[in-house]
Amino acid sequence: MDTTTVSRPAGATELALPGPRRRPRTGRVARALGYLVLVAAAAALLLPFYWMVMSSLKTNNEVFTIPIKWVPESMVWNNYLDIWQRSDMTTWLRNTMLLSVVVTALQVLTGSFAAYGFAKIRFPGRDLLFLAYIGTIAVPWQSYMIPQFILMSKVQLSDTLWSIILLQAFGAFGVFLMKQYYESIPDELIEAARIDGLSEYGIYRRIMLPLSIPAVASLSLLTFVTTWNDYLGPLIYLRSPELRTIQLGLRTFITQYNAEYALILTGSVLSVLPIAVIFLFGQRYFLQGITTTGLKG
Amino acid sequence: MTTLTGDRRRHARLVWRNTVAGWTFILPNFLGFAALTLVPVLVLFYVAFTNWNVFGKADWTGLANFRRMLHDASFWTALQNTAYYSVLHIPLTLAAALGLALLLNRKLRGVGFFRTAAFFPYITSIVALTYVWNLLFSPEYGPINGFLRAIGIDDPPGWTTSATWSMPAVVVVGVWRDMGYYMLLFLAGLQTIPAQLYEAAKMDGANAWQRFRNVTLPGLRPTTFLVTVLLTIGSLKVFDLILLLTNGGPGQSTLVLSQFIYQKGFMENQFGYASAVSIVLFGICFAVTAIQFLLNKRRNA
Repeated sequence: MDTTTVSRPAGATELALPGPRRRPRTGRVARALGYLVLVAAAAALLLPFYWMVMSSLKTNNEVFTIPIKWVPESMVWNNYLDIWQRSDMTTWLRNTMLLSVVVTALQVLTGSFAAYGFAKIRFPGRDLLFLAYIGTIAVPWQSYMIPQFILMSKVQLSDTLWSIILLQAFGAFGVFLMKQYYESIPDELIEAARIDGLSEYGIYRRIMLPLSIPAVASLSLLTFVTTWNDYLGPLIYLRSPELRTIQLGLRTFITQYNAEYALILTGSVLSVLPIAVIFLFGQRYFLQGITTTGLKG
Repeated sequence: MTTLTGDRRRHARLVWRNTVAGWTFILPNFLGFAALTLVPVLVLFYVAFTNWNVFGKADWTGLANFRRMLHDASFWTALQNTAYYSVLHIPLTLAAALGLALLLNRKLRGVGFFRTAAFFPYITSIVALTYVWNLLFSPEYGPINGFLRAIGIDDPPGWTTSATWSMPAVVVVGVWRDMGYYMLLFLAGLQTIPAQLYEAAKMDGANAWQRFRNVTLPGLRPTTFLVTVLLTIGSLKVFDLILLLTNGGPGQSTLVLSQFIYQKGFMENQFGYASAVSIVLFGICFAVTAIQFLLNKRRNA
């Protein structure tokens, strides 16, 4: 008796199977081909990462061998201990963490605040102002980094962590992302709140912010990752060794120890690891953030 | 009469109140945005006409910086290389991103994983990535040339150590890094094409290629336009990728405009001249974007 009841679900799935089987043969071939291309593409995309991780677990002499060793002979975990002694990894990580957290907080706060002004309050000159924000999409930072550096130096902010905070925290990107999301929230909701006597700030705090948690999550994650990965800003603004971020630190480490492949790759893995973890947990928000701003911004 | 002026006054008061409220919301962000983006762009157009140097001493020199540019061979090399990179990077990334998106838009198992994998290069640190790619590319012992030799290519290219192959190497890494991002935009665009259109085309006897040409491509036009605009600006301003992968070399074979600005400004302290070159970069990006918008408008009309 028991066996029949257990086998019943299996039978049910078998019943469902003939569906795809009945398809014409070309469909199946196309499907197999699709998988093949997909696997090849994924391999091409991920092999560099695999090689990086595996090589960081090799001895230095083992990194380049012919033919390539895809798995190290014995895992050398030592690299992951040595790097802390041979570099200022702790300082770099602390600086980067501090910058990423402060920048993210400022960007989310000022971005969502401004977005409410752009999306839900009508006033003369608003659309022109927004146009100025949009226009900066076509203006690469590289074309005004020189005058920006001159100005920042004039107010004595270059070679301080403040320079990076200012550089990253007021981007137009946060305003776009939040504005796109706010526009999907019906105006009637806000009108009703106004009639009920809620002030604009009250509406922002009590209605808009709670409703836009997914957008806030997208913006936070994207800003955090961008700040974490930024190399050019720190390269130009931060001169003192104790201010180095992880990217800048890793780069100086590479020039200093250029033949210690395995150790440098260990540092690379450590610089990527936090981002990989954040990405895996919050990938839904990353993807949503990219598609909402990309498509309509 | 009295009610009319009363209405008008009430309306004026409402406009005033909204303006104040609107600006207070926008102001915190706008102050930072103005100080760090708008003002520097304005200052750029002053510095470019001076001989500003590291001491902050600046004399108005008129068009001298621009005249110097005309005779600066390095500037022309940088301009040429920027064009070279863009001409390869834009179509290749576009094709790869669209191809990936079409592949992932089908109901295959594990599509979610592939989408994540494709996007991952875009969010990883460029310092680590370029280091890894440099090792992968190394001519004698690198895995890439090892693979090429294994499939029978006896004399594989020198990649980042060869003046001929350095730019293609940079483009490979550029496409690899960027395609996941643009793929996401294409995927979102594909979702907006109604399924009925495909069914109708199928009933009319259209094959897969015809459906792609006559349903998918027209349906994707707004997305393709956006991707092209973003991709163009991204290619014209390419900087950290090249700085870290080849540092403009060997020789000047991968020197691009952004890096030329960086060298003149931050390494040789010629802020005036670097600003003049910045205006050129600014102008190119602006002009190309404007042209793309105009073409798009005409095509839609």
